[in-house]
Amino acid sequence: MATELDEIFDRIAAWRREGTGVALATVVRTWGSSPRPAGSHLAVAETGAFVGSVSGGCIEGAVIGEAQAAIADGRPRLLEFGVSDEQAWAVGLACGGRVQVLVERVG
Amino acid sequence: MRTECFEALAAHRAAGRSCALVTRLADGAQALVAPDGASGELAPTAEQLAEIAGLLAAGTSAPLASDAGLFVRSYVAAPRLLVVGAVHIAQFLAAMARMAGYEVTVIDPRRAFASADRFPGVTLTDEWPDEALARLAPDARTAVVTLAHDPKLDDPALAAALRSPAFYVGALGSRRTHARRIERLAAEGLADLLGRIHAPVGLDLGGRSPAEIAVSVLAQVIQVRHRGAP
Repeated sequence: MATELDEIFDRIAAWRREGTGVALATVVRTWGSSPRPAGSHLAVAETGAFVGSVSGGCIEGAVIGEAQAAIADGRPRLLEFGVSDEQAWAVGLACGGRVQVLVERVG
Repeated sequence: MRTECFEALAAHRAAGRSCALVTRLADGAQALVAPDGASGELAPTAEQLAEIAGLLAAGTSAPLASDAGLFVRSYVAAPRLLVVGAVHIAQFLAAMARMAGYEVTVIDPRRAFASADRFPGVTLTDEWPDEALARLAPDARTAVVTLAHDPKLDDPALAAALRSPAFYVGALGSRRTHARRIERLAAEGLADLLGRIHAPVGLDLGGRSPAEIAVSVLAQVIQVRHRGAP
């Protein structure tokens, strides 16, 4: 069993060897009580398979969708997530923090 | 991230070298800053390189203070845990510490204990602890825990660990066992350093099983790493 970061890098390399498109999401900034610190990674394959995390699970679904879009068009994206709005069913952080996540295609 | 950038980053990580990935958030342009220099689409200034080196030394990932549009992801070697004594607690501690991101080495010259069957996927060495510690050279990112319960194995490891910059030194054993250990190590001229030993080892969680003791030891290692010794 490898460390979390080893596992992420190994999976990216394995996906690339298979010819599967990959994107890497990285927490670049946090405000308030966010679950994962700056530098945390989530790697996403074009199939939607993923490894790692950028939150406690609240925004991963939205980040995976953006990652698949980044794999398709090659453009990096800077996403920002704030407090969740339960009325609107918006994607957000239940803890009340705010995070900025960079999503970029690998290769 | 360009292919050559990912491959260079993966190669630095595989070789255990620290490096920093600098990304301009506006357009995703990047530079990889390693001990042998910077490469990529960005050319950080000397001032920026100095700030990046500071973040890298601290193992911190953050936007540059001088330019919040540049994000620095620091990749540094994982902390290490050296476990002396391939005993039952060590089987749990090695697995749990790896999950928590530690590179674990288990040291025990008794091959029946330090067997791959008992420690699947764990780095094992059958060197004597003083030889192993001399080779592995504990640094400020290293924790050393002795679990052998045998002074022939534990004492030389503790002596080496106390003379090193290891951020954590812990020794399994009751208060009585530890009192005798203190006497022996003091006789070796280590009296001034003995306060660094966490003993009885681990946070007082009340558990008695090998897995529960492993949790308490790992919890204390994590506490000391992030909060410092109490």
